[in-house]
Parts: sequence; structure tokens; C-alpha cells
Amino acid sequence: MAEREHRRKAAPSRHEEEVVDDQPAKSDKGEKIKAELDDLLDEIDEVLEVNSEEFVRSYVQKGGQ
Amino acid sequence: MAIPKVCGIETEYGIVVRGAAEPNPMAASSLLINAYVASLQPRVGWDFEDESPGNDARGYRVEGPAAPEVETHLVNAVLTNGARYYVDHAHPELSIPECRDAREVVVWDKAAEQILLRSMRAAQATLPPGQELVVYKNNSDRKGNSYGCHENYLVDRAVPFHRIVAGIVPFFVTRQLFAGAGKVGSEAPGVSSAEVPFQLSQRADFFEEEVGLETTLKRPIVNTRDEPHCDAQKYRRLHVILGDANCSELATFLKVGTTAVVLAMIEDDELPRNLALASPVQALRQVSYDLDLGLSLELADGGRISALDIQWEYLTWARKYADTHGLDAVGEGVGAEILRRWESVLTALETDPMSLAGSLDWVAKYTLLSAYRERHGLAWDAARLAAMDLQYHDLRPERSLFARLDVERLTSDAEVEAAVTEPPATTRAWFRGKCLQRWAPQIVAANWDSLVFDVGADPLRRVPMIEPLKGTAAMVDELLEGCATPSELLQRLGT
Repeated sequence: MAEREHRRKAAPSRHEEEVVDDQPAKSDKGEKIKAELDDLLDEIDEVLEVNSEEFVRSYVQKGGQ
Repeated sequence: MAIPKVCGIETEYGIVVRGAAEPNPMAASSLLINAYVASLQPRVGWDFEDESPGNDARGYRVEGPAAPEVETHLVNAVLTNGARYYVDHAHPELSIPECRDAREVVVWDKAAEQILLRSMRAAQATLPPGQELVVYKNNSDRKGNSYGCHENYLVDRAVPFHRIVAGIVPFFVTRQLFAGAGKVGSEAPGVSSAEVPFQLSQRADFFEEEVGLETTLKRPIVNTRDEPHCDAQKYRRLHVILGDANCSELATFLKVGTTAVVLAMIEDDELPRNLALASPVQALRQVSYDLDLGLSLELADGGRISALDIQWEYLTWARKYADTHGLDAVGEGVGAEILRRWESVLTALETDPMSLAGSLDWVAKYTLLSAYRERHGLAWDAARLAAMDLQYHDLRPERSLFARLDVERLTSDAEVEAAVTEPPATTRAWFRGKCLQRWAPQIVAANWDSLVFDVGADPLRRVPMIEPLKGTAAMVDELLEGCATPSELLQRLGT
């Protein structure tokens, strides 16, 4: 526990964020990402490889480093 | 005091020739690179004089079949931005020039992607109709074949290698929390998709040892290749092989930046506690497979700690280190930014990991694939999700899923464009790149620590560059500007 307390003291801005960070801010960010994702999902089939199975099967590489 | 953490990245890219009856990846890689360098005539080849990948940092040398091979017959070029571009193990590989800090690494790593993209376009013109050459910035073909994205850091030779190993392993095992590029399923033998539908890292499945010289088999968490490419009396080059190739700029920045900070702390012997893991190889996979980020790992002393808390410990030590020693070793100004972003990312991982969907690779990929999966009612082992996993890393902007995701940038298009042809001003890469820009016809070979000139009747002249921080713009611009020919340069250098 001592370790953990020390760490939180050493990271004051994090501590503040935890106290100050309101739920709405977090949700707003999540909502925004979700809305953008919905838009992307609406159009993504146009760019996806037509035949997934064939694409995945034929993607073969030699091992490297 | 810790020495400057000169650093760089070497990436092996995945390569596919679509429409070819019997694709030959080695020929395709050569075609790709030749097509690019053909537009950059005259071309300068790589000089293998000082290559010794069989040297082991633990103090001996491996000869014979176990030594890593350098395939000298394959395409090998050095670019005006100081990079090396070559064929390695049936992959196109680009080593960016030596950089002074993590932010420069991001710029030249993004420039490398542009070089590969332009190579693809140049190669396309030479292919038969119906064939297409495509390059991927990932680390696995999903069938158990992996290829690397290696990092390099300048380390003081005086630091005992065992201290580096002890200090870095717990950090390496856990940095995938932010540096992982994400992967659908697992390629480890006997691990099913039901057990591991998605994991943080591309590479964790392929590591079998804690420490070793190998890079293609039994890959170790800490690689011992001792080939400094500079003054071997003073320096090591820590060759890091466990990282993923990142598309996210923040992931690359943090991967390189935090590693540089930890290495500086190890050099100054400022890690206050040893967090030795009971089983680092097993822990590497456990962390990669744990999407809840809460799993506790067993320490060698019997204690338990989560991967996130290991990262918090290192960050706490780094803050203290910054107060007492400063962060000049990792680049003035950049050091503070590394700590700031490191903290904000750990905080987000602890409180709301998915808020990093616009910042980090694994979260971006996981968020996209999860949403697609839900919308279409797919199982995690659906071919469509595996295809999307690969396509995330497609370097063609019109096909890349990463490019569609609007992930935050740390660089500008203009600085990346400049870095396609310009070297970093802050290391010896400047001298290499500037000499190539001006005098390529008289440079017969180049490598990391020398340039070889042919100025006519005299024997070839080798200019050694064994100090990574000599040859910077500040040091050599006046000299270079005062020389109209390479002969004058050689005369003034006294070689």
C-alpha cells in the first residue's frame, strides 16, 4: 500500500484528473467515437477485400526476424 | 550520467503479389525496392565491412549456422534521408536513420511508410497486367509466420548487460499495454479463438526465451546481438526485437520514448526496485491476452502485481528520475512530453481504455472490429474479422483501415514529406544524407559508421563515422558548404 500511495503522490496531475474528471466528459468522448464508428461502418464494406476467406488464406509470408 | 539515447526503428514489411501464379516474395521485395531506387540514380550500395550480427552482448561470438545471416547478394541501398532500404528474409526492410529522440523516430517512421507506398506505385508500372504488389505494416501472416519491427538504442558500454536485462524485462513485458498493434486470435500452438478472441500484441505469440541471440527462432524478450555500428569501446546498441510495427504515431512515440527513459534510468542505476517476474515469457502472453487489463502477474519474490501497476511503478520512478537527473538523455523537451503522454495513457487504460480508440493501435483496431462484429453478428473467428485485421495495416491509403479511423497525429504532412529525402539534423545521419545528396556519384558504399569515396585515381577513401552524435548539421554544415567537391572534403577531413 505504501508503494501505491507514494505513486499517487508522485503523479499529482493524475490524482487531480481522477477527482475532477466528470462522467459526462468521458461519455462525450465515448459517444463521439461511437458516432464516428457508425458512419465508418456504413461505408466500410466498400473498401473491405471482396473475398475475405481467399484474402486471409492467400496472405502467406515467410518468417522473418 | 546517462548518454544520449540515439535511437531508430527497422521494419520488415509484409509483401503480397496479387494475381501472380507463384509469388516469390524475395523477387517481389527486390522489384519493389529497385523500382524506388531506380528513380534516385545514381544509387549507392551498402557496405558490409563492419557487419557482425553474430557478436553476443554477453561477451562471446557465435560462428557458423547459428549466426544471423546477412544476405549480401540482395538489393541494398542507402537513401538521402540517411535510411537503409533492403531485402531481408524475403521482406522489404527499411531502417530509418539514427534519430536523437522519439519524436524524430515517429517522423522518419512515417516517412518510411511513404517510401514504401511510392515504391509500390513505382513497382506497379513494371508488373504484368492483372498483378498488384501490396505492402503491409504488420508482424504476422496469421499462420505462425512473424517478421519484425526492431528498435535500436545507444547504451553506455560500461553498464553491465545483466543490469539492462533485469531492469528492462518487466517493462518490456508490459509496455504492450500501449504499444501493442492488436491481433485477432492467437498463433500460439494450442490456443483457440475461444480462449483468445483478440489480443493486445502482434508479436507476443512468438517469444520463447527471456534472453538470447536469436531473432528468427526461439525469439528472446531481450536480444543480445552485440553489433554497435559505432565505437564499440564506448557504446552498445540495444537491439530490441519484441515490439509491434505501429501505425499509430502516439504508440510509436511512447514505445520508443518510454523505452529510452527506462534505459537512461538503468544506465544511472536509478531503478529503486526489481520487479523481476516469475515467468516473463508466460507473462508476455498473459498480458497480451488480457483485454480486461486486470490480471495479476507473479513476481519472482512471490508477490503479485498487475501489468498496469508495473507501468505505473516505472512512470513513478521516471518522474523522480526527471527531477533529480533531468531528461536530456532522451532529448530536451521531448522527455517531458513522453512522461505527460505516458501518464495520460496509463490513466485512460485504468479508467476507460476504449477512450483511446483514437490514439492507440490495439484499441483502435479492437473498437472497429468489435463494432463490425456486433453489427453483423459475427463470431471472433470469422474470416471477415481476420481480413480486417490484416487490412488495418495495408499501406495503401485507399485500402488501409487504420487510415479510415482518424487516429490522432503527432506529425504534419509537411515534415513527413521532408523526411522522405532529408536526414535528421541531430545525428551523424545528417552527414551521410547530405554527402549522398551532393556527391552520390563519388560514394561507392555507405553503412552506419562510414562512407567510402571514390574520387578518381587515388585508392578508395573511407570516412569513419564512429560517433553517432558527430556529423550533425550544427557540426558539419559549414564544412560541407565550404567544399565544392568530395576531394576537398576528404582533404579537409584529413583522411
